[in-house]
Amino acid sequence: MNINVTLLWQMVFFVIFVWFTKKFVWTPIIGVINERKTTIADGLAAAEKGQRAEEDGLKKAEEVVADAKTRATEIISRAEKHGQELVEEAKSRARTEGERIVASAQDDIQTELNKAREALRGQVGELAVEGARKILDREIDSRAHADLLDRLAAKL
Amino acid sequence: MATAGELTSGEYIRHHLTNLTFGPRADGSWGIAQSAGEVAEMGFWAVHVDSLFWSFVLGALFVWFFSRIAKRMTAGVPGTTQGFVEMIIGFVEDNVRTTFSARNDNIAPLALTVFCWIFLMNLMDLVPVDLIPWLLDKAGIHYQKVVPTTDPNVTFGMSFSVFALMIFYSFKKKGAGGFAAELTMHPFESKNIVMKILFIPINFFLEIVGLVAKPVSHSLRLFGNLYAGEMIFILISLMYGSSVILSVSGGALQFVWAVFHILVITLQAFIFMVLTIVYMDMAHSHH
Repeated sequence: MNINVTLLWQMVFFVIFVWFTKKFVWTPIIGVINERKTTIADGLAAAEKGQRAEEDGLKKAEEVVADAKTRATEIISRAEKHGQELVEEAKSRARTEGERIVASAQDDIQTELNKAREALRGQVGELAVEGARKILDREIDSRAHADLLDRLAAKL
Repeated sequence: MATAGELTSGEYIRHHLTNLTFGPRADGSWGIAQSAGEVAEMGFWAVHVDSLFWSFVLGALFVWFFSRIAKRMTAGVPGTTQGFVEMIIGFVEDNVRTTFSARNDNIAPLALTVFCWIFLMNLMDLVPVDLIPWLLDKAGIHYQKVVPTTDPNVTFGMSFSVFALMIFYSFKKKGAGGFAAELTMHPFESKNIVMKILFIPINFFLEIVGLVAKPVSHSLRLFGNLYAGEMIFILISLMYGSSVILSVSGGALQFVWAVFHILVITLQAFIFMVLTIVYMDMAHSHH
């Protein structure tokens, strides 16, 4: 165990190595590590931002869907109401139409009836005259008694 | 034990504990000491060539490896080597951040250098004790201690450097007055001015003892652990060549001690680093 000038040399080496480490090892490496740290921090922040945006989008989408649903229900109920109205309208129109048809049919019937009655009336006159001619043979002049016969026919 | 035939056990151990020393010989000329006795006679101006050589080579290896990686560093995905370097950097930075409360960009590089350099110097302890001395003996160099941290010159050199930095930062951060107050106003305090003055020499004595004890314990802790470990390796290697049973058990012992020593090597490097950071923190903090 001899303490000698080796000690001083070791101190010189110590200073050189510490200086060298600081200048060429520590500073560049820490610089790179810090650079990576900021990169990672930025990436994480961006990821968080993206996540938040996604959440916002989802929320918005949900809102849109909910809105669409309510509107769809509204539209459906309105359509149903409209349909019912249509049905009601059709029903009432059908009813009036039916009534109108029935009425016109009754009119037709009446007209036909009248026509038939008129025809019958004419024929009855003729038949009566024919009958009377057959009974009376030539005694009765149809022209002379036409007046009488017409009056008879009108009474029918 | 390459030279067992010619040496007694005592001579073998003594041989292993002698540095390759360059210095002034008794006749006034400079040269390599040829015996342990001659080394002792050389006095202060002698240089332990082996300690300084291994210390410098290992320190240079550390800065070369790390600066090479630092030059090729990428902020993107790191490779395996870069990951390894970053892991060590992160480990040291973590220690500095938790222990060192002030702000000083020099402390972390200092801690990194101390840790890696001492670790590498300690690691030389795992090289078989006789291997390098035997090879160099063939080349004509007769003394060689390959573990620089078993040389108190090396450990004191480092602890004194740290101590010098501690004094420097104490003056820089607290000023001469602040530093003097720190040395004289603690641990005994008093409101009374007379008592205060009376306490100054007592406090000063206690604080100076504490202050001087720091670099001494700092270096002796490292030196003691490594010196003892090296000694055990030397003693184990004495078992070789005496008998077959002793040789085999010596091999087993050497393996076990080497495995255990991995812990000591790392732990001592770590302790030296942590104490360096703690001393720097003390120099920076105000009381």
